[in-house]
Amino acid sequence: MTAILAILCVLLIGIVVVQIGKVTELAAKIRGEEEVEEGTNRRQSGYLMVFMVAFLIFTVVSALYYRNYMLGYGPHESASEHGGSLDSLFNTTLFFTGIVFIITQIALFYFAWKYRAEKGRASLYMPHDNKLEVIWTIIPAVVMTFLVVGGLDAWNEVMADIPEDAQAVLIPTTEDKSEFLEIEATGYQFAWDIRYPGADGLLGTKNFRMITGTNPLGQDWSDEKNHDDFMTNEIVLPKNRWVRVRITAKDVLHNFYLPHFRVKMDAIPGLPTYFVFKPTKTTEEYREQLSTVAEYQVPDPNDPEKMLWETFGYELACAELCGKGHFSMRRAVRIVEEAEYAAWARGQSPLYDSVRGTDDDPFQEENAATMEAEDVIEAPIDSLTLPIDSLTAPIDSIGMAEPTDTTGSTE
Amino acid sequence: MATLISAPQVQEDKLIEELGYDDHFHDHHHGDKYQSNFVSTYIFSMDHKMIARQFLITGMFWAIIGGLMSLIFRLQLGFPDESMAWLKPILGQWITINDEGVGQLSQEFYYALVTMHGTIIVFFVLTAGLSGTFSNLLIPLQIGARDMASPFLNMLSYWFFFLAGVVMFASLFLNTGPFSGGWTAYPPLSALPQASLGSGAGMTLWVTSLVFFVVSVLLGGINYITTVLNLRTKGMSMWRLPLTIWAFFVTAVLGLLSFPVLASGFFLMMCDRGLGTSFFLSEIFIGGQALDHVGGSPILYQHLFWFLGHPEVYIIILPAMGIVSEVLSVHARKPIFGYKAMVYSILAIGFLSFIVWAHHMFMSGVNPFISNFFVVFTLIIAVPSAVKVFNWIATLYGGNIRFNAASLFGIGFVSMFISGGLTGIFLGNSAIDIQMHDTYFVVAHFHIVMGVAAFFGMYAGVYHWFPKMFGRFMNETLGKIHFWVTMIGAYAIFWPMHYLGMAGVPRRYYRFDLFDTFRHFTEINKFITIAAVIVFAAQLLMVINFFYSIWKGKKMTTRNPYGATTLEWTTPIDTGHGNWPGKIPAVQRWAYDYGKDGKEFIPQIVPMAEGEKDGGDH
Ligand SMILES: [Cu+2]
Ligand SMILES: [Cu+2]
Ligand SMILES: [Cu+2]
Repeated sequence: MTAILAILCVLLIGIVVVQIGKVTELAAKIRGEEEVEEGTNRRQSGYLMVFMVAFLIFTVVSALYYRNYMLGYGPHESASEHGGSLDSLFNTTLFFTGIVFIITQIALFYFAWKYRAEKGRASLYMPHDNKLEVIWTIIPAVVMTFLVVGGLDAWNEVMADIPEDAQAVLIPTTEDKSEFLEIEATGYQFAWDIRYPGADGLLGTKNFRMITGTNPLGQDWSDEKNHDDFMTNEIVLPKNRWVRVRITAKDVLHNFYLPHFRVKMDAIPGLPTYFVFKPTKTTEEYREQLSTVAEYQVPDPNDPEKMLWETFGYELACAELCGKGHFSMRRAVRIVEEAEYAAWARGQSPLYDSVRGTDDDPFQEENAATMEAEDVIEAPIDSLTLPIDSLTAPIDSIGMAEPTDTTGSTE
Repeated sequence: MATLISAPQVQEDKLIEELGYDDHFHDHHHGDKYQSNFVSTYIFSMDHKMIARQFLITGMFWAIIGGLMSLIFRLQLGFPDESMAWLKPILGQWITINDEGVGQLSQEFYYALVTMHGTIIVFFVLTAGLSGTFSNLLIPLQIGARDMASPFLNMLSYWFFFLAGVVMFASLFLNTGPFSGGWTAYPPLSALPQASLGSGAGMTLWVTSLVFFVVSVLLGGINYITTVLNLRTKGMSMWRLPLTIWAFFVTAVLGLLSFPVLASGFFLMMCDRGLGTSFFLSEIFIGGQALDHVGGSPILYQHLFWFLGHPEVYIIILPAMGIVSEVLSVHARKPIFGYKAMVYSILAIGFLSFIVWAHHMFMSGVNPFISNFFVVFTLIIAVPSAVKVFNWIATLYGGNIRFNAASLFGIGFVSMFISGGLTGIFLGNSAIDIQMHDTYFVVAHFHIVMGVAAFFGMYAGVYHWFPKMFGRFMNETLGKIHFWVTMIGAYAIFWPMHYLGMAGVPRRYYRFDLFDTFRHFTEINKFITIAAVIVFAAQLLMVINFFYSIWKGKKMTTRNPYGATTLEWTTPIDTGHGNWPGKIPAVQRWAYDYGKDGKEFIPQIVPMAEGEKDGGDH
């Protein structure tokens, strides 16, 4: 029924449209083609001018309206060290292209209006003007050179890998690149696995053929570097420390995208990529930054008790079509001060703990022996000091017993 | 009135008879066996004018399908929580109705719609529908040829396109749905049926269809190139060709050099899919299983794809540029400004388009050092593009401009090309692309610069040459309504997407509310969707106008209604097979003598006066 109604509507509109067309043609016949044509030229060129003005106003007003979402303005400032250079490059480009945009759009519509056809006026015969053409070839060439140089300068700096002599550690303590944290992000349909290197600062090797339900990345347990690697549900990173993300995928292409940090890189099965960056604002600091902005001073729809800026969190997204769940590959990202990060990192337990001593463990026999002997509890690194303390206790007591023995013998 | 107009026609006929070239064409083609019956006239036609119409109408069919698809996914994006139950009769299993009676578009099918929309508009509409139509119509008519070099291959070219369309259309009805991995079809997603429903039979049909399409483009391209090089009439030197022909010629060369590379990429893809090879696949764990493929590279496919993919955007936009140059010049009553600069910039753009492809891959994991070269070459393209824009504007300067649907769309084209071209300067700079890549900023950029702009060029051409195709005019009032709704509407759709992109919203998302960062734009998304529906309605208006005018439009009374200089307007109103009833006209001058020496226009067949200099020589 609705389909028939819809078809009828379309038909009716069609008939109306055809009638409009017919009427104007008839009018042309009555009033004479030429007169109508002059009127048309006047009207249409006038509309073009109105359009131009309205369009330019619309671009400016809409930009002002959305200024708080624009790159590098207001709260939308980059939260990474390199991001600022990209934002300023964006805005430099916006400045030049903006000028060109306004001048050319105005010229285009203004000339169209100014030189509308009028009876008895002849057009100018102007097939070319070499001087003019040279000028407007050179100007864009110069501007482009400027933008290319600035762009490549920023690009090569941002994309540079960590220097070879830099130290990979779990808890970097320097602001320069001499120490850095390497984490790994593995995309799959449709989530991310995040792996940290553990106390040794190094990510263990993995092999896609070793992937199982309990070993989702295919970590090779015979590589001891794997034994302290831990996986997390959120990405937690220390402020002002260099981070190298090793980016890979299990099944199809994904893209590791951190919008607030200006980080984006494809995740490719079989071909690890990387991105090096330094977060410069903690989540708390970014919330502060947002708190002054009207757009974030509204209740969070998911948590109406709180304002949007209070619940703000950084996010990891997927930016390469990877299948039907492409839009859902979210992970929370938290940037914290170094001390908080260190405490958090020390509190994580490696995946190997669940493997230790089982059939999947290449060191099963050794581990089984030590586990029985010492009754080691699965414990975070911090608590490892406890058993060591208790180990020293028997020695002490032996020492304490010695004098008693001697006294006994002397007696 | 009638006598006034026919007087120059008589003169022209005399010029053709006196100076023209006699190829004895009509001695050999008694009674015109080419068009002896219905089938050979309208279906398996070998006449370039009929093939042009076939390309155009098929292209329009696909434009409606591709446009409708975009409306469905725009509804999803603008109104994600509205029920789509009313689409169930059309979409069937792809709408699932929950307990509350709310119909939801399946995610899988959302991506299929996005993929099909891209594929259809890029290949079927803006490649075949645009270049196929106007190359066929105008190359023989404007260079003074009886037909294409090989009318038979030309016919095959259309029918391979038709076949491609049939296969693609069939894929829409598959149980597993059409291909849904994006129009770029990156492996492994596209190579592995386990990765997505559409990557099974849908992908097989998608590849098959596009292989037929490549064949069509190659057959057409060989023909266009050969015809332009060999069949130009007496006096038609390359430097006297209208810019339309230059554009079609370079387009055909680009197609001929780049489409085979795409085909080879598809071939390797089929081997990976069917024969267990590992060109593009390595170390994949999917569906609970580690695959055998090792040693391949998904990036290799991207190189092969974009080696076509980038020239493809020029295959789309160059014909539009050529058409607009011609239309603006004719209706401004002025020579195109800087003809030679226009030709050189077409050639420069054509050449550069082959060495910039990896600007689509800055974030694909290619060596960042390599990207330096691609940034440089990409941004160099801005220079010839800027020259073209300045020259179009200068063409309007000092003109006596007639405003009709054709010239309005021409002006609209330039506006769109400026707006969309300038955002290319952001994206071509790899550093900025880190943030902008695969966001709505990209969607805004390419839709304006190669989507809307190319459509505008196509519309300018349709309104302008409709009388040449059908002997009648399209309705001007409806044409102008079509123009204004489309002009305003297209900016309303795509301009706001820049802001989404700047805020970081990624493209190809089924919904945005899973991310705090991306969910701020429900209002803007609604606005875009509503604008899209209105713009689509305006295109239907154009379709109605088109078919109505074929039979009922205002009749052409003179054969050169615009006072244009080019050869197609020296043929009879009802242009028969062979185009000119007698001799082929000889060309005496360039194509842009408007307003010269106090004359409104001087056709190309009029000999030079003593001491007169050809406008193109400088
Ligand atoms: Cu993904
Ligand atoms: Cu994805
Ligand atoms: Cu490109």
